[in-house]
Amino acid sequence: MLRFQNVGLRYGLGPEVLRDVNLHLAPGSFHFLTGPSGAGKSSLLKLMYLGLHPSRGNISMFNQDVATIDRAELPGLRRRVGVVFQNFRLLDHLSTLDNVALPLRIAGAKEGTVREHVAELLSWVGLGNHLDVHPPTLSDGEKQRVAIARAVIGRPSLLLADEPTGSVDLEQGLRILHLFEQLNKIGTTVVIATHDRGLIRRFSHPVLKLERGKLKIRRRHAQPGHPQNNPGGTPEAAPDSSEPSAANETEDSHGPAS
Amino acid sequence: MAPRRDLPLDRDGSGRFLPWLIALMVYLACLALAGAIMLNDASARWQSGLTGSMTVQIPAPDTASLSEQPTVVAAILDVLKNTPGIRSALALSHDKVIDLIEPWLGQGNVASDLPIPVLIDIQLEENAAFDTVALAIQLEQVAPGTRLDDHEIWISRMLRLSQTVGAIAMSIVILIGIAAAATVVFVTRTGLAVHHGVIEVLHIIGARDIYIARQFQARALSLALRGGLLGLILAVLTLVLLTGIAGKLDGRLLPTLTISPWLWGSLAALPLAAVLIATLTARITVIRALSRLP
Repeated sequence: MLRFQNVGLRYGLGPEVLRDVNLHLAPGSFHFLTGPSGAGKSSLLKLMYLGLHPSRGNISMFNQDVATIDRAELPGLRRRVGVVFQNFRLLDHLSTLDNVALPLRIAGAKEGTVREHVAELLSWVGLGNHLDVHPPTLSDGEKQRVAIARAVIGRPSLLLADEPTGSVDLEQGLRILHLFEQLNKIGTTVVIATHDRGLIRRFSHPVLKLERGKLKIRRRHAQPGHPQNNPGGTPEAAPDSSEPSAANETEDSHGPAS
Repeated sequence: MAPRRDLPLDRDGSGRFLPWLIALMVYLACLALAGAIMLNDASARWQSGLTGSMTVQIPAPDTASLSEQPTVVAAILDVLKNTPGIRSALALSHDKVIDLIEPWLGQGNVASDLPIPVLIDIQLEENAAFDTVALAIQLEQVAPGTRLDDHEIWISRMLRLSQTVGAIAMSIVILIGIAAAATVVFVTRTGLAVHHGVIEVLHIIGARDIYIARQFQARALSLALRGGLLGLILAVLTLVLLTGIAGKLDGRLLPTLTISPWLWGSLAALPLAAVLIATLTARITVIRALSRLP
């Protein structure tokens, strides 16, 4: 699905913001990505959605080496990735419907089916009455749901979300996470970047932890009563974790891919 | 398939002045091209009018030999009519010669005692191989001072002038085209900068470069078409006005200015050329800029 090998990233001539990142996300895996502010979460997500070139190392996506692939094929890869941006990045001049429809239209879907699918999805996220409303008139929570709808409308193979629950209350946040889990159940690989430790604790998915540009992968074991544990894509576990959690955890520093 | 309008290109001010600039450029290009074509047409008309003809000029006689002039003219005409390759030779009447001089001296200003040479208009047979030097010597022997003018120097100078003006006009049109392309590059780059955020989102969710470029192309086409048509209309109005004014002047000193179908076609092609330049420039500019994205 997605593999990073010794990936490093620096902006311009600055210091490396990501160092020696090794990672393998198996198809159908579900990971949280966490770490303190400035640790490089957004940069790592940008590399994942091919919004940046790594300064060194290799990235392969869907079994294709991103560095050597023909540039004309990159849009095809990007269409298989859904992204929920931290600041939503909705297009203010387009209606809610047109914002969500963008990935389908860009992919060349027929207009007749676009409207039908988008309206259905927006109804599902509780915005069925806001099809023709423009983003500036929506609340942050509503914008977030529109952004999520836009990310998932194309049924991506990989879903990346940067703080997707940052602007909503706990109940709405859990609802969004359950939506992601449903997508994960039908095969979508999910990576969610979040600061919200409480939210992470409620789920038993493995955690990718960034600290000063280095990636550690913490494998967690679900306890009875917790949501599913999906260990796909975690590296070989290494013991040692002092992180309080409802789930049992093992931690590995940028270990080899499973 | 009509391009999508995901980019709010019509809402930014970057292209506001483009139609006016294109209109001005098309207007200037139309005038330059029309000038070149009209001069070329006039030159061609003069050339075709003079090719196959020559003029013999018998100097005006002094008072003492005035009575001999008809004899001299008849002798010259006799030589000309017996020269192979000459279809006809006709001495112009005194009134006709005065008519030719009047544009320079003014109507009624030709004094009656002004020595007027006799002019003989010669029409040559088609494709006649003709030794003008030998004929000139022969005529000189019959009537000293007689000159044979085959118009070659005048025609070659006219042709050189016409070609030079044509080359300058084409250079102007090409420079205007380059200026139009540079303007579109500037406007497109401004649009790319203004809408960078939207373009980045489209890029990340899988839009191909050409998908974005088509939206810039469509706007460039629309703006250039509007400007081009405005420029053409203004240029046509100007040309109609100019030809109207020129038609009211004494036309004998001026070349006849007419707007031929060929000229109409050339002028109509200029807005289309402007549209083509604007569209291609916008496309290339966007594709090149987007190629720098990851």
